[in-house]
This record gives sequence, structure tokens and C-alpha cells, in this order.
Amino acid sequence: MHIIENGNTAAALGVKLCRASVIAAYPITPQTPLTEKLSEYVERGDMKAEYIPVESEHSALAVCIAASSAGARVFTATSANGLLYMHEQVQWASGARLPIVMCVVNRAVGAPWNIWNDQQDSISQRDTGWIQIYCADHQQIIDAVIKAYWIAEKVSIPIMVCYDGYILSHTFMPFDLPDQKTVDAFLPPFKPDYALRPEEPANLNTVTLPDVRLDVRGELAHSYMEIRYLLQEELRTTLDVAADAEKRFAEIFGRQSDPFIESYRCDDADCVALGLGSLTYQLRVSVDALRKEGIKVGVMGLRFYRPFPDEAIAGALKGKKSVVVFEKAISYGYEGALTSDLKSALYEHLAGTGTLPSIQNFIAGIGGRDIRTEDLTQMFRTATQGRVSKEPLWIGLKL
Amino acid sequence: MGTRNYRRKTSHSEHGPGDGGRTGSWRVERPVLDQSLCIPCKRNKEACFICWLFCPEIVISRTIPPRVDLEYCKGCGICAEECPTKAITMVDEAKFSEEDKE
Repeated sequence: MHIIENGNTAAALGVKLCRASVIAAYPITPQTPLTEKLSEYVERGDMKAEYIPVESEHSALAVCIAASSAGARVFTATSANGLLYMHEQVQWASGARLPIVMCVVNRAVGAPWNIWNDQQDSISQRDTGWIQIYCADHQQIIDAVIKAYWIAEKVSIPIMVCYDGYILSHTFMPFDLPDQKTVDAFLPPFKPDYALRPEEPANLNTVTLPDVRLDVRGELAHSYMEIRYLLQEELRTTLDVAADAEKRFAEIFGRQSDPFIESYRCDDADCVALGLGSLTYQLRVSVDALRKEGIKVGVMGLRFYRPFPDEAIAGALKGKKSVVVFEKAISYGYEGALTSDLKSALYEHLAGTGTLPSIQNFIAGIGGRDIRTEDLTQMFRTATQGRVSKEPLWIGLKL
Repeated sequence: MGTRNYRRKTSHSEHGPGDGGRTGSWRVERPVLDQSLCIPCKRNKEACFICWLFCPEIVISRTIPPRVDLEYCKGCGICAEECPTKAITMVDEAKFSEEDKE
């Protein structure tokens, strides 16, 4: 059924259809309407779940960690400083290998205070061991939530489903709302490998010594290093699981897309723009404008940022003359994090082949600064001529 | 032999001796018992056992003589502190290191 709703409602409907049984969240703009919607569903009895109000984001994720450890399918959501306040528990959730799904409604982080959209919040959580999915429209939000539970529960790794504050969270867009039967066919009930039970008391995530140890049964148990290695190893193989999820989703829902890269007019393009989230859809307008001028350009939207689909990206960009990376975040002191990751992937897969494209990094929309399509097009046009600057250029800066 | 086939992906411990690891390696001082001062040893009777009662790691046995499981004793010294006859002395681990090598 097609409905017209805002992005936060799309996320909430996805969570409801996935039958999450414990929800704990603390309201923060622009995430608030999402959790309000979920509390409505629970209050009205439309959703059989425990909605646990908490006093902070740190507690919200702590509740999810506990409930997930006991075998519940859990959900939380946050934005910006809420995510930063949660950071300690964010690391904990991945180390504890809990398949938590969390929506991050992207917003600028303080200081200074700013409630508008950029992606500094989730990008700054890049190295926490979570899977990160970025959405470009409402259909992708609801679909990503559904796929996220399937993937997270397959690999026992938590997932952030990230979408742009206001641009997606508060705007209305038509999307297909799947029925419960279809979602149930895709997503079986959560059956964890291990769940804490009162009959079998245990300490979870207890202190590890630097070296391995014999456990109480006399078996050689992992220490910290082995546990962290397994997280890294299984994050890398999550790329295959994500591809399986996409295939399974297509079979059941009849909607298919590339699991990692959403390409627009890239086949014969010499220069390709790359980005995360809704900005890549805005860039399609620039692509169309530049194509009219006879400039062969295209745009790629990256759906997974962690694990980083390096091989898929390098494959997709092979033979392109230049890549222009548009980012709504920066790794302060260097350049956009996506730009660095892209360079690393291209070096790994294309170095020595003589096909390394030139790379230009643009930073846009920081703190919600209006991104004018004319400016995007202008900067994009300039970058097709070759690299403009080694340092990232900030579009729309009025300094 | 590594931990590749271990049944879990996380740190997890169940009740039982030493499931937190070989904490004996943390010890810098070792409790040494002088049986000529120890009440149950002297009387050959189940008595006192203050050391057993106070040990926070449950590594002292309720036997004659009381025995310390050095695999897990962290060397906190509470037993020596609580012993009413001062039968337990904390001795620098360095003194034993040569002995252990032999």
C-alpha cells in the first residue's frame, strides 16, 4: 500500500512491522517524532512492546543492551549530541555483539548548538564497530530498518540506520508500506544464540585479562584481543550478508537495488559524484543539468559506510577520470572521512593499474547551511576539469 | 591451539573457580602460613578459619591446614590482616620467583 508520510513515521512503521519488543529512547530533535510515534503505537495497543522512558540516551542504549542480552528485539533512536552522550554504550553494544537497531536522524553536533542537518554525528561514530546504513528517501528508510534487523541478527552486530534530519525526517513523501505478512515472511522471530536466563546465571562481558584463559569448563576462552578480532572479521563478512539480505528482500518484496551503491547515469560518465544520504538525490539534479551541457557525469550514493564496501566502490569507479566526494561531515584536521576511505579503497584495488581517478572533496551543508543546487552544479562542473584543491572546499561558506 | 572454535563471541563467565582468568598473576605478595601459630593446626581441630571466612576470592580452604589456591589468590593480604594469631605473613613474590623456576 502506498502512503504519504514523513521519514520519521516511515522509520516507526518499519520498527512496528519488525515487531520490536523493547523500545527505549530519549527525545531529541529531529528524532523526537519517531519515538513519539512508537510510544503512540504501544499506548494504543497497535504494537506489543515495552516502551521504556529513560532519563538520557546513555540509559536508552543501556536498556536496549540489557533487553537484547535477554533475547528481546530492541530499538532506539537518537540524533547529534544524544548519540555522542551514548558513545560509551555504543562501543559496548558492538563489543557485546548485540543485534540492536538504532535510527540516527542526522544532525549537527555542538558546540555551538545547532539543531539542523549534517552528518557529523554518525560519521564521528564510524570506528565503534557498528554497521552504518545511509538512506536517501523514505522508501529506503523503512526498507533499511527491516533489512537491518535481518542483517544484525544474522551477524550479531548492531546497526545504525542513518537518515538526514528534516530533509528526510520531517518531509512527506510517498512510499510503499509493506503488509505484516510480507515482513514476517522476510524477518523470522529473533532467536539469539544465547540469551540470559535466570535459571543459568552468568556474567556477561566480564573483565578480560590481556591473555586467553581456561573457562570454568576447562575450555580455552577468548580474551579481549580475540573478541575484538572476531568483531572486525565478521564486520568484513557482513558485506556478503548484506548482499544476501538484498537478494532475499528482492524475492519477497519485489523491490531490488544494489546493496552497496545506488548509481545514477554513471555508466558512460567520466566524472562521478559520491556521497551519503539525501544529498546524492539532490546531486541527480546537478547531473541532469551538466548532462544537458554535454558533460558526462553521474552520481553514486553509498548505502553502507561500515563495513566499507571497498571492492564494490573500486569496481564501480574503475575507469572514471575523476571522483567528486560531497560530504556533510569532516574528519577535523584532515578531510572528509569518506574521501579518506575512498582513497584507501582505490589505492588498494587500483594502484599500479594506471586507472586511479583524481579525487576532489567538497564539504557541504554543515549545520544545515542551505545547499543550493546551483552551487552544487557549479562546483561539480569545476571539478570535472580536474582537481580544484588539495584541501576540501566548503560549499556555501560565507567567510 | 587457539580459541577459534570457542562457543561464544563475547566475554562470558559462569559461576565456578577462576572463570575470570588466572588472577594469581596479579599478586605481588604471597600469603605464607606458619602452622605453629595457626589455631586449627595447633589444636588439630576445625576451629577459627577466620582466613577462610574473610578471603574475598574464596581461595582459602576450610581444611587443616588451610590451603591457599595460588592460581587465583590476588595477594590482597586480608587473611594476614585478620588472622588473630598473626600466623599468616605476606612475603614478596620476588622471593619465590627463583624457587618457581627450579
